[in-house]
Parts: sequence; C-alpha cells; structure tokens
Amino acid sequence: MTTSTKSTVTRTDGIGASPRRPDGTAKVRGEFAYSSDLWHEDMLWGATLRSPHPYARITGIDIARALALPGVYAVLTHADVPGVNRYGLEHADQPVLAEDVVRYRGEPVVVVAADHPETARRALERVEVGYEVLDPVTDAESAVAGQGAELHPGGNVVRHVPIRRGDPDAAAEVVVTGRYEVGMQDQAFLGPESGLAVPAEDGGVDLYVATQWLHVDQRQIVAALDLPEDKVRLTLGGVGGAFGGREDLSIQVHACLLALHTGRPVKMVYNREESFYGHVHRHPAVLYYEHGADRDGTLRYVRARIYLDGGAYASSTGAVVGNAATLGVGPYDVPNVSVDCWGAYTNNPPCGAMRGFGAVQAAFAYESQMDRLAAACGLDPVEVRIRNAMAQGTVMPTGQVVDSPAPVEELLRRVRAKPLPPEPSGEPDLRTLPGGVSNTTHGEGVVRGVGYAVGIKNICFSEGFDDYATVRVRLQVVGGEPAATVHTAACEVGQGLVTVLQQIVRSELGVERVTVEPSDTTIGSAGSTSASRQTYVTGGAVREACLRIRDALGALSPAELGDKVLDETVEWRHRPTEELHPETGQGNAHVQYGFAAHRAVVDVDTELGLVKVVALDCAQDVGKAINPQAVLGQIQGGSAQGLGLAVMEEIKTEGGVIRNPSFTDYLIPTVLDMPPMSIDVLELADPHAPYGLRGVGEPPTISSTPAVVAAIRAATGRALTRVPVRPEHITGT
Amino acid sequence: MRLNVTVNGRPRQADDVWPGESLLYVLRERLGLPGSKNACEQGECGSCTVYLDDVPVCSCLVAAGQAEGRQVRTVEGLAEGDRLDPVQQSFVDAGAVQCGFCTPGLVVAAHDLLRRTPRPSDEEIREALAGNLCRCTGYEKILDAVRTAADAS
Ligand code: FES
Ligand code: FES
Repeated sequence: MTTSTKSTVTRTDGIGASPRRPDGTAKVRGEFAYSSDLWHEDMLWGATLRSPHPYARITGIDIARALALPGVYAVLTHADVPGVNRYGLEHADQPVLAEDVVRYRGEPVVVVAADHPETARRALERVEVGYEVLDPVTDAESAVAGQGAELHPGGNVVRHVPIRRGDPDAAAEVVVTGRYEVGMQDQAFLGPESGLAVPAEDGGVDLYVATQWLHVDQRQIVAALDLPEDKVRLTLGGVGGAFGGREDLSIQVHACLLALHTGRPVKMVYNREESFYGHVHRHPAVLYYEHGADRDGTLRYVRARIYLDGGAYASSTGAVVGNAATLGVGPYDVPNVSVDCWGAYTNNPPCGAMRGFGAVQAAFAYESQMDRLAAACGLDPVEVRIRNAMAQGTVMPTGQVVDSPAPVEELLRRVRAKPLPPEPSGEPDLRTLPGGVSNTTHGEGVVRGVGYAVGIKNICFSEGFDDYATVRVRLQVVGGEPAATVHTAACEVGQGLVTVLQQIVRSELGVERVTVEPSDTTIGSAGSTSASRQTYVTGGAVREACLRIRDALGALSPAELGDKVLDETVEWRHRPTEELHPETGQGNAHVQYGFAAHRAVVDVDTELGLVKVVALDCAQDVGKAINPQAVLGQIQGGSAQGLGLAVMEEIKTEGGVIRNPSFTDYLIPTVLDMPPMSIDVLELADPHAPYGLRGVGEPPTISSTPAVVAAIRAATGRALTRVPVRPEHITGT
Repeated sequence: MRLNVTVNGRPRQADDVWPGESLLYVLRERLGLPGSKNACEQGECGSCTVYLDDVPVCSCLVAAGQAEGRQVRTVEGLAEGDRLDPVQQSFVDAGAVQCGFCTPGLVVAAHDLLRRTPRPSDEEIREALAGNLCRCTGYEKILDAVRTAADAS
C-alpha cells in the first residue's frame, strides 16, 4: 500500500483544515432529527417491562389485564419472538425477551405498544410476572473461581487470556505490588436509546435507530425475527453520542416486533433511568499487579491478574479481556511478562464496550504501579516512565514488534515541560476552589498536587477480525459544477466522521461540493464506530474510491466530465491481524497503537476530601490530524470522561441492583469540573495507515484517569487504589 | 385538556393534553418542535431549556398546564430566517457541536447569559452553563463559542 499524498490537492476545506460540520447548522437550530425526534402518522409507543430481580426463575407471565387496557395494541413475551430468542455481539447468549430465567435487574421480559407513552407505562404495571428469586452471583473473582450458580452453560468464565513472554520466574531487586479496583462507569451519552420501526408492505420492517453499527444490528434482528436480510432495512437516526454504549442492541428487536405485530409504526424512547438499565457499561475490574525492577527503575518483569466483571451476558467481554491482557503492562518495554485476564459472568448489569475498552482498567493499575516503583526507587515519576518507555521497534508482551512511531517518551517530556498553573495567592475566588461556591473552604486545608500518566490503546479491530468498510463515491457535474456524493453505512455519532469524509473527497478529487448521504443498509457494512477506527477504515475506503475515480478521470478535470458519472464502490480493509495463541497470548494481534499522556494538577481539600482539577494538560500523537479542530474536541471530551472516572463517575450496585440510575446520583463532569487544557498534538505518520493517521478518540480517555489520581496522591499522600476516588478515601474516614 | 400557548411568536393550540404531560412533551410530540431535547426529563441536564415568558426553564419540569396563556421561545425560535443567532453561529464555528444533543439547551442558556451580561468573564460563563451537561466536548469549545459570541455582539 502506498501512502503518498503527492497529487492530493491542498485546500482550505480539505485534509488538515477544520471546515464546519455539515450537520452543525441543523444541530444549533434544533432541526437535526435525532432518533428520539422521529414521528410517524399513526404511530404507537413501545415500552419495556424489566426484571426487578438480578437473578430469578420466571414462574409465570400474565398479560391479560394489560391487554384489556383501552389504547393498548400489543403485549408481547418471548413466545412472540418468531426467530431465535438469543442475540449478542460475540455470543448469542442474551434473550430478546426473558424466557425461564432473568439474569440481571433490568432484563427485558415483556414489551407493549400503546397509543400514548403513559398508556404503555400503565399497561406494564398491569402485567403480572411470577418470580422465584435466586441467589445472585455478584463477584467476578469468585465467579471465575467457580463459586455460586452457573449462569450460562459452560460456566461463568466468558474468556481467559494468558500472556506469557520471557522468564516466568524472573526476579528483581525492587518489587512493588498492588491491588486496584475500577468502578463501573457509564457512557452517559445524552441522547437516549430510541428509534422508530415502520412495518412495510412486503412483510418486512424499516428501522430508524441510533446505533454504532447498522449491519451488526441487522444481523441480530433478522435472526430474532426470522426474516431474510432484505426484509429488515436500517437507517441511521440522529445519534446523541455513543462511547460504546450503542454497540449492543437496545430497542431494535423490540420495536420491530411490536411494529410487525400491530401493523403500525412504533416508536421507543428510553428515559434516563431506563437508559441505565438498557445499555452495557464499562467493566468494573479488580487488578493484582507485581512489578520487578532494577534499583535504577529499569523494569525486569510484570505479573498481573485482572478480573473483569462482564455481568449477565457476554456482550463484547471477550474482546475487552483481550485488550486488557495484551495492553496490560502499558506503553513500556518489559522483557518478562505474565498476565492473566478473565472476564466473568455475574448477575450484575451487563458490561461491554466503553471508550478505552479494557485499556482504561489496566492503565489505572499499571500507572499506579509505576508511581509506586518511582517512589521505591527514589525516582521522579516521569523519569521512571521515560526509562522504560516503549518506542518504535519495541517487542510487545504478545511478541508483536511495534512498526510505527511510538513517541511515549516525547509525550511525557511535552506534558512535563508545559508551564504549571500559578499557585493560588491572595484572597481566593471561591469558584476556583474545591467545593466551589458551596463555600466549604476559603483555601485552608487545600493542598496542591501534580500527577502524570501515559497510556496505550489498540486502534481498529484486533485478533484476526476481518475489519473492513464499504463505500460508494460518485462524481458528476451538477448544475455546471462538479459534485461528489459519498454513501456508507458508517455511523456518525457526534465525532465528526461526516466532516472528515467530505474533507478526504475534497482533497482527493479537488471538488468543493461533497454530500455525505444518510447511512443505511442498502450498501455493505462499514464496520463499527468504535475502536477509534472510522477515520482509518471508512476514511481509508473513501480515499481508495477517490483514487480509482482519479484514475478513471485520467487527464480530465472533474469539471470536464460532461454528462459522465464516475461511480466507484470499494470494500477496503486494513492489514490483517492474527489471533492470540491460546496458551501464550503470542501473536500480531493489533493493527496500530495510539498513545496519549496527561499531566494533572489538582487542589484537594484534605479535610473534606473534595477535589478540584486545576489543569489537565495532554500530549497525543495522532499521526496526521485530518481535522485539527475535531482532534482537539476528541482529546478534550475524552479527557473529561477520564476525569469523571477518576473522581465522580460510578454506577453503584448492591446485590446486583443499580443504586443510582439518574443524573441526580450518577454524576458526570460539568463545565465547573473541567479545567482549561493545554494540548500538544503530534503528527508522526504511521507508514501503514491512510495519510499516516492514527485513531484519536480513545487514548485521551485512558491516561487522564491515572494522571488525576496520581495528582491527588501527590497532594494527600494517600494510596488511593480505587477509582473513582471518593471523599472518604482522601479523608480516611 | 386544551392548551393555548404562544410559541416562538405564534399562538398554538394542543388538544387532548394529558394532565401529566410536561411542556417538553407537548413541544416535542404535539407541536412538532423536537428541537428541545429530552436527555434526562428530571431537571438535571438542561438539554430541554426554553424561555418561558423570557426566563430560561427546564421544560421537562414545567407541567404543560403551567404554560397556558404564556410565551415560550425555543431553540427553533432563535434564528431569523437563514440568519443564525450569533450564539448559534459561534457554536458551529468553534466546534462546540459534536453529537449536538446538549446544543439546543446550551444555546438557549448562553443566549440568555449574553442578554443579561454581554461581556461575561470565564467564571460567569461557567456559572451560567453549570446546569447544562455535555458528554462529548469537555466544554472547552463551548466556552470558546460563548466568548466569540460575546465579542461578536
Ligand atoms: S431533559 Fe430537562 S433537564 Fe434534562
Ligand atoms: S455535543 Fe454531545 S452532549 Fe454535547
């Protein structure tokens, strides 16, 4: 593959520029149609009855009273699922509607359709479900050890990945150990799960939905509905954020079932509480680490055991386990590695994809360990990281040789070199203090701390997955002007893919007018909007289609096309990866690695345990910034989510039951919580990637959390082995 | 019940409104104005912010009946024809819009701030927008947008 961009036209609205989003105007006017805004003549409202128990046997379902309610059009149970009542991203282990057993609090049991959302809600209240409550499995570690009920045939281990490299018995002069915990984080996208299913005359259904991958939804829906693929057509509705939380199905099959059953369009919209039950979360984790090093801080070995709680169904747990294991030692060169990572079935809420996908949990542990190692060796935390930093040519614990820039050292040097925020002086502005205007301190008891972290993430799908994107690009003269259209099934979820695809076409074809058509399943798959992969893969496919059109144009300029239409459909894939060896975890499993480093500065009210993040600076290598403004937006937004995990965000469960399913009790950062960020964007080309680019979205989420916690440690001297850090962890009460 | 309310300068009527419906629901589902968003419906996110008689409110917390006979201005009523309000324009220009689900509420909140305080300090901007959640941007470009809009007006 060539990455030459010689003949690419330089433009102010092309690659490397930051033109406005094509959907921006509609979004600021309130005219952009999100999936929850859809409306259809005659439409009904769907609603879902969910299990109140984390684990129970269903002894009976009585829908008669619900059906009798005026305004109700359908009340459906598992008996109404015409196809296979099982779906899932990696394993089809999750019922569309529960049959004999419910495995988590919030599992769908019955769906209804009615003429008003309130009627639908009342109908749900009239459904009677008998439950025999069972003892839930709520601890991943004991689930892996085989304790408690077997929740799925074959046991409660979803996946175990061992990584073995070098000497398993390596010893060292300095040894630091730790046990770390990561709480369950929620994607908390603002646009609720929603969609509209419209029954069609051919016996099929058209579904408009917010999702991250239309074709993988379609695959699961047709199996459940027992319909051929061409009878279930999906179009992307406007997506209000995703962050991994829309990879699994939510309303998709339910809305289609209700629409086909009633012959009427059916709209479903979760409210915020239901949204907490209706999508997977970030895996909570328990991580045991041992680092051995020479006295000068040079790492000799890392041993780790990582337990990820997958909850009731597998979702993407297998791939998350693969990431946590293969990236388990972080962006460091370690000669001897022994990592075991398990994903477990429990009766906790199902967990799956969230930005950072396994790399986040590992990073909190390995970066905490690097700080411990620095302390044990009497070294500066940045120094110990630089001493062990991986680089191009480093051999990963999987045996994979890193064959593109890996500027870990430079990223660390850059964040360290940034000016520190001024020390507070004089009469402090309450708004800048921990606790803010709630007037909890005037500066007394407030201590400042500085912390560093660096992280690594695999970009694109790994472990031998056939990862490709299909695109169609057409070029013709319209109204005397050359115009191009791009059609893909790739999901714009807010990140700005639609802008980036326009930029690529403008630069490659030298035309200004580029329309990105709505994403739907009338074209082949573009793969998932996840793993920071869309600019790389769908962007790479668009580039390839443009190059073919340029070939077809020959010496002509686009304006000289006359009435000819140049039309190219391309299926483009990145270089292949390999599966991991099942016993040693060896293999060239990843396509590309992304890196970011953060320095956090915090003020901590040590008496009350309140934290104010004063600065959160970042350096990240993006290979090539296709749209610099959007790159910064990803780094800022990703860093904010990492900050959230560090100090506030956690779904709290008790016996498998979510205790805080609302924005009143699940807190995400507000504008008062986010400090200004100074950001360095490096562009060290990856020779294997289109334009040399590197996926952007996830790395900043990974290093931000451990940097903030390191800063709180520096301020307080506390060990802080769990995120999110709570006031009582700081005050010790 | 029947509801009479003036929305974006036009008298509107909604029939068969249920007692429990919020102003947000009536705007979105009965009056064809889905611009105001429904991210929490609990008063915690600000995505549903509209002017009610010139005061910004979370329309999800306003019972539809409370709007009877009053003036409502939504995000759809800020632009003049094709000309965006300066706040809207600066949100687009600054890259303050990603998924955009928070945008309608933030645009109304920022519009209100600049009406009251044409040259706000950063602290004042943060305070004014503290009730509006955004999950995508980390807020930095939203601050940029409000600063730019303040300079432009
Ligand atoms: S929807 Fe009204 S405040 Fe969230
Ligand atoms: S842009 Fe997505 S929530 Fe703000």
